[in-house]
Amino acid sequence: MEFQSCVKIINEWDIVAARQLGRNVAKELGFGTVDQARITTAISELARNIYLYAGQGSVSIEKLNINGKSGLKIIAEDQGPGIEDIRRVMEDGYTTSGGLGAGLPGAKRLMDDFDIESIPGEGTKIIATKWLR
Amino acid sequence: MDIRENMEKKYHEALSTYLKDQNEQALYQGQKISRLHIKYNISPEEIISMHKNNLMELYPELPGKVLDSFDFLLEVMMGYGIAYREHQSLRHQQQELKTEIEIAANVQHTLLETEIPDIKALEIGAISVPARQMNGDYYHFVQDENERIGVGIADVIGKGIPAALCMSMIKYAMDSLPEHRHEPKSVLESLNRVVEHNVDPSMFITMFYGLYDPHDRQFSYASAGHEPGFYYDAATGAFSDLDAKGLLLGVDKKTRYRQYEKTVNRGDMIILLSDGVTECRTNDGFIERETLIGLIKKNMHLQAQEMVNNIYKQLEKMQNFQLRDDFTLIILKSNV
Ligand SMILES: Nc1ncnc2c1ncn2[C@@H]1O[C@H](COP(=O)(O)OP(=O)(O)OP(=O)(O)O)[C@@H](O)[C@H]1O
Ligand SMILES: [Mg+2]
Repeated sequence: MEFQSCVKIINEWDIVAARQLGRNVAKELGFGTVDQARITTAISELARNIYLYAGQGSVSIEKLNINGKSGLKIIAEDQGPGIEDIRRVMEDGYTTSGGLGAGLPGAKRLMDDFDIESIPGEGTKIIATKWLR
Repeated sequence: MDIRENMEKKYHEALSTYLKDQNEQALYQGQKISRLHIKYNISPEEIISMHKNNLMELYPELPGKVLDSFDFLLEVMMGYGIAYREHQSLRHQQQELKTEIEIAANVQHTLLETEIPDIKALEIGAISVPARQMNGDYYHFVQDENERIGVGIADVIGKGIPAALCMSMIKYAMDSLPEHRHEPKSVLESLNRVVEHNVDPSMFITMFYGLYDPHDRQFSYASAGHEPGFYYDAATGAFSDLDAKGLLLGVDKKTRYRQYEKTVNRGDMIILLSDGVTECRTNDGFIERETLIGLIKKNMHLQAQEMVNNIYKQLEKMQNFQLRDDFTLIILKSNV
């Protein structure tokens, strides 16, 4: 864990800051424009959920280097209401926006690994990673 | 990655050809590339990136702002990219569901299978075709030790999988009726209690049950709100409705059914059906019961099974091969 940087999500503009941070790190790591956009979009979705459902929380970006493989890790964390039925929200077409191709399943598709932990009443932690090819 | 490299090369060629000379030929290449991209799951954001890279190569002197605009476009297309992936996964899921339903339909078919009794006195033809994969209509034949033949036809209001699941229950309730309880009114009364007790209150079943005794040629029957069948009287050549009053199954557990009797003479026919037959919709609206009688007359010279097969085919054609409801037709023709 050589590098970690964090943005607090309190208002909508913080989503932009989280995107910016993610894009900068992705660029530094050598991700191409398409992957940069994918990572940024995933960050946006996670940060927006924090802003909308938890009120506040944080998005951290970590550079990874494991066995010579570089990657970028997003950690989105909050102490909000948590998610009752994780399996449900990970289903395609479940989002309240009517599955306009975004939400958590969308963010999952944009990344390589996606891990979600949530305890109702305590909060939510989502860890997503993209590896550099 | 060499599929991707190959695709980039093709894109490059087609784009540069088109930019040299804006003709339909080059655009046709573009369409072919589009199909290829879909085949190899290339998402829209990747195409935009490819496009930008190609432009930079072909026109190094292009204003930076023009190139930057593609980064913006790429961002805008991200949502479409995700929607595209979602679509692929939903398509896959749909395929799986379809396969599962097909298997369920086969299971149902085996489950509900009934053997058509073979007796000299009666020629029997029966056909049942589901509108979708699973059938919400059901028919059933039983023959008791006195050679009496029981025939049941039932229709769940509604169609598709819920209706089909419901029907399996009727089948088991029928199978567990005691041998001596095959009097039509008591059959309906028993089934009514089962349905009232076990089925979702929003689901109703209509049913007709008849019992034919070859010894005295009596046909006794009762109906639980089922679409009336027809009776053909060979002596007069007239068709009449096989009317019978009775409440649908599952409405009230205390329902009593009335039983009716008819003496069946040589050449007479009993025609039983589900509302999928009378509710066939042609371009001119629902078919009339008269039309149906016309069809029966036209096929009357045939053997009972051929009759039902032919009538089905003709009605299927009249409604442009689109069944709107499960279709069941049974014909009993007296030979004595
Ligand atoms: N951090 C969170 N805290 C609490 N609940 C959350 C959180 N993130 C998501 N949820 C719940 O999960 C549901 C699904 O989220 P998801 O992002 O997939 O779709 P959405 O936000 O409803 O719609 P959109 O497609 O606009 O993102 C949300 O409606 C919300 O109830
Ligand atoms: Mg969301």
